[in-house]
Amino acid sequence: MKKSNQASERGRLGGWYWTLGSLALLALAWLLPASGIMNLYLQQVLMYVGINIILTLSLNLVNGYMGEFSVGHAGFMAVGAYVAAILTVAVFPRAWGPVVFPLALIMGGLAAALAGLVVAFPSFRTRGDYLAIVTLAFNMIVKSILENINAVGGPRGYMGMSKLSNLVWVVFWVLVTLLVLRNVIYSNLGRGIIAIREDELAANLVSVNTPRLKIYAFCLSAFFAGVAGGLYAHLLQFINPRSFSILKSTDMLVMVYLGGIGSLAGSILGASLYTILMELLRPLELWRWVVGPLLLVLLMIFRPTGIMGLKEVRWLQPTASEETGWGKVARRS
Amino acid sequence: MLQRGIWQVVRVLSCLALIVGAVGCGAKSEQEVRLGVNAELTGSKPTVGDSCKKAMELLAEQINQQGGLKVGERQIPLKLFIEDNEDKAESAAAAAQKLISQNNVLAVIGPNASGNAIPAARICEDSGVIMISPWSTNPKTTEGKKYIFRACFIDDFQGQVMAKFARQHLKADTAAVLYDVASEYNKGIAEFFKQFFEADGGKVVAFASYTTGDKDFSSQLTTIKAAAPQVLFLPNYYNEVPLQVKQARNQGLSCAIIGSDSWGSQELLTLGGADLEGSFFSTHYAPDIATPKAQEFIKAYEAKYGKKPDDVAALTYDAGLLLCNAITQAGSLDRTKVRDTLAQVREFEGVTGKMTFKGGGDPVKSAVILQVQNGQFKYFASVQP
Amino acid sequence: MSCPVAIALQYLLNALQLGSVYALIALGYSMVYGILTMINFAHGDIFMVGAYLAMWATLFLLGLPLNLPIIFIFLGSLLFTMTLTAALGVSIERLAYRPLRQAPKVSAVITALGVGLFLENFTLATIGPEPRQVPAIIPVQQYSWGGVAFTNVQLLILVVSLILMVLLDTLVRRTLTGMAMRAISYNRVIVPLMGVSVDRIISLTFAIGSAIAGAGGLLYGLAYPVLDPYMGIRIGWWAFIAAVVGGIGNIRGAVLGGYVLGTVEIFTPVLLASSTYRDSVAFSMLLILLIFKPTGLLGRPTVEKV
Repeated sequence: MKKSNQASERGRLGGWYWTLGSLALLALAWLLPASGIMNLYLQQVLMYVGINIILTLSLNLVNGYMGEFSVGHAGFMAVGAYVAAILTVAVFPRAWGPVVFPLALIMGGLAAALAGLVVAFPSFRTRGDYLAIVTLAFNMIVKSILENINAVGGPRGYMGMSKLSNLVWVVFWVLVTLLVLRNVIYSNLGRGIIAIREDELAANLVSVNTPRLKIYAFCLSAFFAGVAGGLYAHLLQFINPRSFSILKSTDMLVMVYLGGIGSLAGSILGASLYTILMELLRPLELWRWVVGPLLLVLLMIFRPTGIMGLKEVRWLQPTASEETGWGKVARRS
Repeated sequence: MLQRGIWQVVRVLSCLALIVGAVGCGAKSEQEVRLGVNAELTGSKPTVGDSCKKAMELLAEQINQQGGLKVGERQIPLKLFIEDNEDKAESAAAAAQKLISQNNVLAVIGPNASGNAIPAARICEDSGVIMISPWSTNPKTTEGKKYIFRACFIDDFQGQVMAKFARQHLKADTAAVLYDVASEYNKGIAEFFKQFFEADGGKVVAFASYTTGDKDFSSQLTTIKAAAPQVLFLPNYYNEVPLQVKQARNQGLSCAIIGSDSWGSQELLTLGGADLEGSFFSTHYAPDIATPKAQEFIKAYEAKYGKKPDDVAALTYDAGLLLCNAITQAGSLDRTKVRDTLAQVREFEGVTGKMTFKGGGDPVKSAVILQVQNGQFKYFASVQP
Repeated sequence: MSCPVAIALQYLLNALQLGSVYALIALGYSMVYGILTMINFAHGDIFMVGAYLAMWATLFLLGLPLNLPIIFIFLGSLLFTMTLTAALGVSIERLAYRPLRQAPKVSAVITALGVGLFLENFTLATIGPEPRQVPAIIPVQQYSWGGVAFTNVQLLILVVSLILMVLLDTLVRRTLTGMAMRAISYNRVIVPLMGVSVDRIISLTFAIGSAIAGAGGLLYGLAYPVLDPYMGIRIGWWAFIAAVVGGIGNIRGAVLGGYVLGTVEIFTPVLLASSTYRDSVAFSMLLILLIFKPTGLLGRPTVEKV
């Protein structure tokens, strides 16, 4: 009896922390640039960090929680970026920009989610490295098609977007991604997704509808990758197919596994650490890309599961009131 | 409790000191002319970044040996801040922003590739910092922007020059093009060439493409050979052209081969050898009939780095010279003043020829056509815009 | 040249040349995968290092005032390159992958990505960004046979890669070491109990896979004599695709995959009459193949043990 009381109290508090924390973060994201304390470079880097966090979280759903090996996530990002950019530039009047921006991002995300189906269907029969090739092929196809569409500039890229992305929007979307993924992962849906990772056959046996869950996971993951793409497009105000090559996908992979699979906090850490470290190493010029990979290799050797592999910080776990018996499964290490 | 309070105060004070220190560092810019270099040191075009960096370092060294740049009454030394943009759009933007916000530079030289130059240009424009791209040929880099300049001509001019040359000098009625579909530069020139060649009454019988990184062009070349063109246009980079030419010749394709300014590196000759003999390409300057200014640059570059400068190095050097010239002329380190001077530069004699700006960011400059003769670049003709 | 048969033969010859290079590199991917079930993403970069080593070896041998016969220079460079890349492969395995043997598979994969990036950029930082030219060991001779143009270098590439593939296949199928390799890929838990040193066999696999990649580097340098530090990336990915198309872990599958990919790359632009959509079409075909044959052409369907 006493235990359940404590638990519900923790649950309420948890909820409050979330709301207050989010509001405080958003307020900071608005105040720091507006007051001039934070210079433009710092803002830029922080926005990259935010976009990378969204990408890493979304990839972690497929690679970490579902245990697939997607190496073509930049393809989803590209779809989202192009759709959102075309919407704000060519479809809606320019003056409406700030108002339709969230809508454009969501549409970009939805288009990416649709593209997610392309990868989800082969994943019913194909697994592991074969699915990796499917995602890789998807990435290459998207890039190749974009290079061939002259209406969006082909290899010359697409521009004309206003700078609609700012720190507040980026932080907002990071929070949305985090909240949605956290709720999905600790729901029945998430249990099923994790079950696919642990043992697909057994999951089927206990009536987990694996094809349906794969569709959900790929589409959700692609959605957020697409949103990140939209943010990226409206931050740089320029996109070209080359920015969404396989190299971008491998960047994301590194961030996911650096932070640790199956961990939201890990994704946040991985993306932040990677982005900030590469910025800090800038003075090394050419040697930056020698030292960076070396650090990555050393880190993987000393912490093979990444920084937070399969572990989660307390505040990202379901609060006690939401806790079901299933919670233990996700936290096992 | 008290101890804790004291620590708190110390912590706040040290933070403040850091901030003040950082701001103080930024304010010292009158002691030196701060120039940023935003170059592709890693990524898929490391040679481009390398040449860009080397040319700027040479220029800075030369100017500082003379005591610095003349600004008004004073001689102020140049200080370079070199950033790698990894040949990625977002990294180019971050590098530009860092140069502006952290290093407080007066102007930025680079990036070179248009895919990097466009986002970086946006940032420089928004902050009112001058940016000169030595090598970006995409019209959009400077379009509608006040602070962005370039030191090279744009794609359509070159496509036109080579189409005219193929029609009139080589008397070709049919042409084939092989280009990199994933690269904006190559695709741009290829399409303009096709447009002008056909407008001039010729026919492009094969228009084949490949993707960056390909090393095997045999499929496309077989198709081209079957179409039997009189001239083959290869608007591609000098590390790819030798392979393309070799494979074309191995397949028995014997027509004339022409190219664009991306051929303009001594490496082309070492890599391509005899297969390139007799080929033509358009570029910015002719090393063999170079002006004294160009000779001097080539000599200094060779002395410092042990190799001949390529087109990127020459254009970067010109971009730097243009800027330094404008600073001296403006007599001030005020960005707007320097910008206004730069936009009105007339008949500036650089290494790569005479440049004139007519208020915008694109120079009016002539092109030259070179031929490979006995393993060397030889001047063939000049083309006025 | 107007004869369509001759043109088709020409394309086929080109496809065979490209396919041979892909096959040689795909072999290394497949061997390592077969034993460790790990994708060695650094493999393409070992190939790149091999190409550079081969260049230096030939330059050195050509520079000796001995006037060595061509065949000796070729074999000397081949031996030198294969030895050094084998050593590189083994040391990478020792230093970077072995500590991760018990860790999740993906950790090793990410480490491999890191090692690959390191090799590329270390090469770039130490020997400079200029593309290098491979000296022509063999004077190129062109032949024309019924409208099909080919060179002696092309023939050499075909023959040498075929010899290497047959040798490797014999090694894996007919020797005791090969049996140990196959046994480990079948069940890594039981094999040590039979008195097989798993570490030794894994090292050997890396040595052989990397040596073949080195040989691939040398042959590649002969066919496409311009080298740059990032050349391993694209070839690496395509060879990986080739290995998967053939059925990863399967030696013969890797060879088949290499040739299939070479054929697709050469023939799609021809059949499309336009080469700009080549990549889209080639990869769509790959997608379709994997939908119908989810474990590649020669891959065994994985039977999941319950």
